[in-house]
Amino acid sequence: MEIKKELVSYVADLSRIRLDETEVAEMQAQMSEIVGYMDILNQLDTDGIEPMSHIFSIANVLRDDVVQPSYPRADILRNAPEHTDEAFVVPKTVE
Amino acid sequence: MEWELVMGLEVHIELATKTKIFCGCSTEFGGAPNTHCCPVCTGMPGTLPVLNRQVVEYAVRAGLALNCDINRYHKFDRKNYFYPDLTKAYQISQLYLPFAQNGHVDLKLKNGDTSTIRIHEIHMEEDAGKLIHSSYGDETYPDYNRCGVPLIEIVSEPDFRTTEEVIAYLTKLKSICEYLDISDCKMEEGSMRADVNLSIRPKGSDTLGTRTEMKNINSFKAIERAIAYETKRQIALVEDGGRVVQETRRWDESKAQTFAMRSKENAQDYRYFPEPDLPPVRISEEEIAYYRSICPEFAEQKAERYVSELGLSAEDAAILADSKYLAELFEGTVAICKDAAEVRYWMMTQVLYFLNERNLQPADITLAAEDFAAFVQIVKAGRINRQTGKTVFEAMFFAEAPFDLEGYIREHDLEQVDDDALITETIRALIAANPKAVEQYRSGQTKIVGFFVGQTMKQLKGKANPATVNAVLERELNQG
Repeated sequence: MEIKKELVSYVADLSRIRLDETEVAEMQAQMSEIVGYMDILNQLDTDGIEPMSHIFSIANVLRDDVVQPSYPRADILRNAPEHTDEAFVVPKTVE
Repeated sequence: MEWELVMGLEVHIELATKTKIFCGCSTEFGGAPNTHCCPVCTGMPGTLPVLNRQVVEYAVRAGLALNCDINRYHKFDRKNYFYPDLTKAYQISQLYLPFAQNGHVDLKLKNGDTSTIRIHEIHMEEDAGKLIHSSYGDETYPDYNRCGVPLIEIVSEPDFRTTEEVIAYLTKLKSICEYLDISDCKMEEGSMRADVNLSIRPKGSDTLGTRTEMKNINSFKAIERAIAYETKRQIALVEDGGRVVQETRRWDESKAQTFAMRSKENAQDYRYFPEPDLPPVRISEEEIAYYRSICPEFAEQKAERYVSELGLSAEDAAILADSKYLAELFEGTVAICKDAAEVRYWMMTQVLYFLNERNLQPADITLAAEDFAAFVQIVKAGRINRQTGKTVFEAMFFAEAPFDLEGYIREHDLEQVDDDALITETIRALIAANPKAVEQYRSGQTKIVGFFVGQTMKQLKGKANPATVNAVLERELNQG
């Protein structure tokens, strides 16, 4: 599958990432390499092989419904580039 | 042209677990913003989700109650979208192998018909956070307390043709979840949310028209209004030569209109892929058998029993059985006082009246069955008359349980007056004071007796036994 510039820009847009011309070209090359690798895998005959859903053959890793203390709010907010005393701050999402 | 309405529903129900789906943070409603958060539900790098056992149980029990095939093996997928109501930029959901498929719900309609709504699938997922927008500035403040609260999403086939079916379906889902005790399904608080996919087509056609999806509908009343509005909009558009565009539209309750959401919010390219952080889930035959064995009696079976065993009308039975909370109060009270007819009377006239008048939900009822039963016994014993009973019932209904019934009656001096001598004395005085009315009565205008009943009741502060009053009045007025 050929990775076109438009696809790179589209994926960047969905991820809310701003890319300039040079970066688009850079990403285009990297994505082409990754997807190209998938193309190699696609050449394998996988008929009759059940798709793998997890790298380990385990199931039912569950925990009991018991409340654990949450984190202090200040600690949760600390890593954010911008926050108030109560919440993260993001650009307004409604007009 | 005559148009037919075709609708499908996506219903999100918050499961009433104590903790979130993938971490131990509390799911309690109404905490201060971002206080029920940890590195897992705020999507900090390097953290790993661990599935809550209770979510699987609640979800599977809902699937069984909705007649679904339960997949013995199911897994999770990532739904990617970049919006600040999610901390990770993806929602963990189930796309390729949801836990339940191919169910159905049978609805009883007002005209007596039944209608079957097929369920395409039910999947588990995590709820998103709440966005609080600054009213003046350029900022939004996400509150992630709800982020990670477990949800099931019930996806129906496009089998709805009328609003009545939609409401009946939602009512039934709510009732089933209440009886299973897996969710409180409060639309107003967002623990039950319905997205309506709606399209129109010429009546008789069997191809589907282009649909729109309506979001943000917060009450049964709003659903009715939103469906009516969107149907009209689509018909007008098509009859005008236009074309319905497939899009998501937001219902604005205050403006009573739907609005197309911005194209960015509309971008429905979720790039799903298998969730690598969670191993799959297997459900054993033993678990399924166990969940079946603890399946409670649902509204329909209850209503049938109320009709056949307790002598209620089908209408009353359906109303009382629909809500677990009404049914529990009704059954609990009848179990103690053994008088279904009398309990039904107070439920249908007083309890439903107060709920409606005060805009309360059956779940808000605090009245205890023990108090209700004691009240019924006091009325039946003739210690208070029915009119006084209404006042007492109101006081009891809004008081904290347990209610001091005897104390209340004593304190307000409400004991029924059934003293023949006192009633006779009162009535004789009234007869003496109202010769004209007596004359009218004796000349055949017997309806005037109502005047004497009213006056007697007034004199005795409404506490007299109406039967005794009537008997004494008849005796005294027909004398002399």
